[in-house]
Amino acid sequence: MAQQTETRITKMFDRLKAEGRGGLGTFITAGDPDYDTGLEILMGLANAGADMIEFGIPFSDPMADGPAIQASSLRALKKGMTLAKTLNMVREFRKQDDVTPIILMGYYNPIYIYGIDIFLADAKEAGIDGYIVVDLPPEEENELCKPAIAAGMNFIYLTAPTTDDERLPRVVENASGFIYFVSITGITGTKSATSADIAPHLERIRKHTNLPIAVGFGIKTPKNAADTVKVGDAAVVGSALVKVITDNLDENDNPMPGIAPKVHKLVSELAAGVRSVNKRIGA
Amino acid sequence: MTKHNTYRAGADEDGHFGIYGGRYVAETLMPLILAVETEWNKAKSDPDFWKEFHYYMKHYVGRPSPLYFAERLTEKFGGAKVYFKRDELNHTGAHKINNTIGQILMAKRMGKTRIIAETGAGQHGVATATVCALFGLPCIVYMGATDVERQSPNVFRMNLLGAEVRPVTSGTGTLKDAMNEALRDWVSNVDDTFYIIGTVAGPHPYPTMVRDFQSVIGDEVREQMQEAEGRLPDTLVACLGGGSNAMGLFHPFLDNETVEIIGVEAGGKGIDTDEHCASLTLGKPGVLHGNRTYLLQTDGGQILDGHSISAGLDYPGIGPEHSWLKDRGRVNYVSVTDNEALDAFQLCTKAEGIIPALEPSHALAHVAKIAGSYPRDHLLVLNMCGRGDKDIFAVAKHLGIDMGDTDQG
Repeated sequence: MAQQTETRITKMFDRLKAEGRGGLGTFITAGDPDYDTGLEILMGLANAGADMIEFGIPFSDPMADGPAIQASSLRALKKGMTLAKTLNMVREFRKQDDVTPIILMGYYNPIYIYGIDIFLADAKEAGIDGYIVVDLPPEEENELCKPAIAAGMNFIYLTAPTTDDERLPRVVENASGFIYFVSITGITGTKSATSADIAPHLERIRKHTNLPIAVGFGIKTPKNAADTVKVGDAAVVGSALVKVITDNLDENDNPMPGIAPKVHKLVSELAAGVRSVNKRIGA
Repeated sequence: MTKHNTYRAGADEDGHFGIYGGRYVAETLMPLILAVETEWNKAKSDPDFWKEFHYYMKHYVGRPSPLYFAERLTEKFGGAKVYFKRDELNHTGAHKINNTIGQILMAKRMGKTRIIAETGAGQHGVATATVCALFGLPCIVYMGATDVERQSPNVFRMNLLGAEVRPVTSGTGTLKDAMNEALRDWVSNVDDTFYIIGTVAGPHPYPTMVRDFQSVIGDEVREQMQEAEGRLPDTLVACLGGGSNAMGLFHPFLDNETVEIIGVEAGGKGIDTDEHCASLTLGKPGVLHGNRTYLLQTDGGQILDGHSISAGLDYPGIGPEHSWLKDRGRVNYVSVTDNEALDAFQLCTKAEGIIPALEPSHALAHVAKIAGSYPRDHLLVLNMCGRGDKDIFAVAKHLGIDMGDTDQG
């Protein structure tokens, strides 16, 4: 197993354990629906109850994402969002919050084109704690995983229901921070799995690693989130938050007033769901 | 990976051609990709697999396709002896069927019962729908909404063959988005589905697998040229979208260093404009659709749409092995414009009585530029990889001819 660098991510999971509860991860696409509104949404996530923030790098071809996140990516790009501006937003966030972990999530090409060494330096300085890069499986670990760990950040691997026992050791070998379990075989925001579906997979994964496990894809409601943290260490919600943005745009994709508070309201509800589950040993 | 004395040893065991290729896919797909690779490693050394492949090549596709001496064009160009490799005479009218036969045999070996594919112009979609009809498997073809409109005869052909064509409106609604959507389908249907990729791109092992199926083209040319002229050809020319017909012609000759090899990309309205599809000429290396390769992209790494009069060349990437061959300098990659291709289309039709697809019309346009500079005994082979019936409406439109109600083509 990879050397476990201490980051805001590992500290957060330690805190959750001490508090005896599961965590809430929230995904939004950087710069959706535009830079200013996106920043307002980002700034309020932790106060609304998000334990960690997955911050999506907009990409023209998000092939593991469903319609909601695809559209959010294209909206952000249309408004001129870039990876450099994404890091700027994180710098803004860090001025007020040095505790909540931020994980950049997305596809490899924008990072590759930015240049790995300079990107890792800029991201670290901006306050990024880890990476989830959908199209970098362990087979391509030399690209970003190993350099990111060497630079003192976490590289989080996805595991899926299709990741069988034979393959799991390979996937967790260099994983750090936590394991992200993709709870369905599908794209984001479509199907949903029940905690009964998820539990056997998590049990399987835990035989191969001591890392905490966050569960994502298809978690939409406070009840889904609560069910998820009964078996997982954290629940990640993305498409449902993005949908709040989508539902509050005018015909030109410009944000209608009050969009950020609406996103934050759903985050609070999800957080309440997550916090309703007591995970203290023996509870 | 590649020994210094060969260009034909790639990809390495991780699917790389130098820095290109690889397996850049979501974890959900990784086990499937690895399963395809394991099965492919077995199939490619199984004589029975190839026996069955060649059975269909001969009796269903109609191979070998002729190597035809284009005498009238040779006279016109006044230089090299121009031969056409007549892959437009294959069943379904293009080289695409070589690959779809191979991959459906793979799907059968793996016990998969549902087939998906992406298509641009519709040629690969038709070739996939055809083999699905032949083997009685359900077929879903993802096609950019823009292309569905532009290529309605091919949509109808696919429907007749029993395939479901799903128009893709996500992203920019073009071939790259159709490929994204096919990958999304595959992620969602991992148990029963085989993805028949139409070109020498995608995650390992697709680039090598598709190449090995399409290499039937070059293998035949080698034999046929030996028969016709008693020696190897001197120059090979083929067009490139994703690059499968070109790779099929080129690969068997890569280690014959006397053979000059030229790949022709779609220059669209000109490579000094924004509307072209010259990934190798003007793109830069990036990661898309499971592999690293030259891509048309912005400074920020966002993928751009290609433009070409030929929908079959309209892909912003290129097979990774071509990227490697470009960097190694083994293949010379050039581009020709829409207008040059249109001229070549008409020239070939009138001079040889062969209506070429717009894709090989690009290759022919380059041949028209260079043939005159070679001596009379110089043997040049052009891969006539598709027939032009599908393109007559697009050509009419560009020539300003009103085809009435059928102008959609």
